[in-house]
Amino acid sequence: MAVQAKKAPIEPKHPLDDLIRTDRMPHIWCPGCGIGTVFSSCLHAMLASGIDLDKTVMVSGIGCSGRGAGYAKVDSFHTTHGRAIPFATGMKVANPDLHMIVFSGDGDLFAIGGNHFIHAARRNIDMTVICINNLNYGMTGGQVAATTPSLARTTTTPLGNPDSPFNLPLLAYASGATYVARWTMLHTREVTDSIQTCLTRKGFSFVEVLAPCPVNYGRRNKERPLDTLKMYQDKTIIKNGANPAELGVDFKKRVVLGTFVDVERPTFTETYDKLYHKE
Amino acid sequence: MDFWRVPLDAEEVIVSRGIVHFVEDRCKGCGYCIQFCPKKILQTSTRFNKKSYHPPEVTKPEECVNCHFCEIICPELAIYSVEAPGSEPGEAQQPDDAGDTCCPPVK
Ligand SMILES: Cc1ncc(C[n+]2csc(CCOP(=O)(O)OP(=O)(O)O)c2C)c(N)n1
Ligand code: SF4
Ligand code: SF4
Ligand code: SF4
Ligand SMILES: [Mg+2]
Repeated sequence: MAVQAKKAPIEPKHPLDDLIRTDRMPHIWCPGCGIGTVFSSCLHAMLASGIDLDKTVMVSGIGCSGRGAGYAKVDSFHTTHGRAIPFATGMKVANPDLHMIVFSGDGDLFAIGGNHFIHAARRNIDMTVICINNLNYGMTGGQVAATTPSLARTTTTPLGNPDSPFNLPLLAYASGATYVARWTMLHTREVTDSIQTCLTRKGFSFVEVLAPCPVNYGRRNKERPLDTLKMYQDKTIIKNGANPAELGVDFKKRVVLGTFVDVERPTFTETYDKLYHKE
Repeated sequence: MDFWRVPLDAEEVIVSRGIVHFVEDRCKGCGYCIQFCPKKILQTSTRFNKKSYHPPEVTKPEECVNCHFCEIICPELAIYSVEAPGSEPGEAQQPDDAGDTCCPPVK
């Protein structure tokens, strides 16, 4: 009984360890996958914003990106495919004190979930939507997505994508989003700042973050993960306030990053309360 | 770098010093931290972690400027830096004497 356990030297812990479910680490994302960096930026922003994390909810749909919610140690929901935004809308409307963060993929938010996105933006539902755009359906084996660049190869377009991709900031702007930004995961400080801004402002805020999926998209398009990051460094240009119509993603030219929209207009809850909860 | 002039207050500016820590078994060996460390002081080690990846190691611990870039680019939350004792801004410490005293040897 007198034997005293030797005290282990105190190692400082990772600054985000309090915000993640450490028992679930390492996460499922492949080596070099960019989702983890965006997830980390999001958690940094949540900490830095000073919002009440007991009143913060992270919601994801289905996909590799959709695993995000399951790793965050706040109230979180892993919902059905494409339905992260309607789940978040329901929660926000029922309890307007909540901070809603939707963390999901391009396929989830803009293919199967595209209709929900445009209507939540139109209604200015107060939430932050973070889209990890890896240009394909990573989880299911790299199929073509609504964001896959023209001519790019995927499992379902082995000779090249005949379609044109969505310009996500333009779509968000046209649908009525009050904050729209685009970064790459290499611009991690800007991603963090952007998300922090979103968390402390009112209205429907959208951040697109380009990120590598080396295992599916990268492999079929001859891009190793470090090549993709090099491209993010060399082939991007920051133009805040740029015209959303000119934001196509084509790394053969320059891809424009920045904050493109930041305007105010009454949120759904504000207008609803004015009309129906007069007191 | 020849064409840059030396800032007038270069002598007085306190350069932050950092100590790099690893949560080694989370690392998946992507190399992002190694590639983008502005001081180029990280490299792949020959060790294996639990998942058989080679985690990075620090080559020149005294040169870390605590910029946290390795920490924020890492997709695995496997690396982070903390301010070295005695190099907090405000404490009168010149860059040169912060070096060898504050950084533990590379594990
Ligand atoms: C209703 C329904 N349809 C299809 C699927 C199959 N499915 C799973 S993930 C996914 C696409 C995910 O793509 P994205 O949102 O871009 O996520 P990523 O894996 O690329 O991060 C699809 C089609 C499903 N799970 N549920
Ligand atoms: S399949 Fe692609 S998106 Fe999914 S974890 Fe792997 S690299 Fe990331
Ligand atoms: S904190 Fe900065 S200087 Fe230090 S190892 Fe990390 S990236 Fe390099
Ligand atoms: S960035 Fe993280 S996962 Fe990648 S090599 Fe460095 S420590 Fe390992
Ligand atoms: Mg995707």
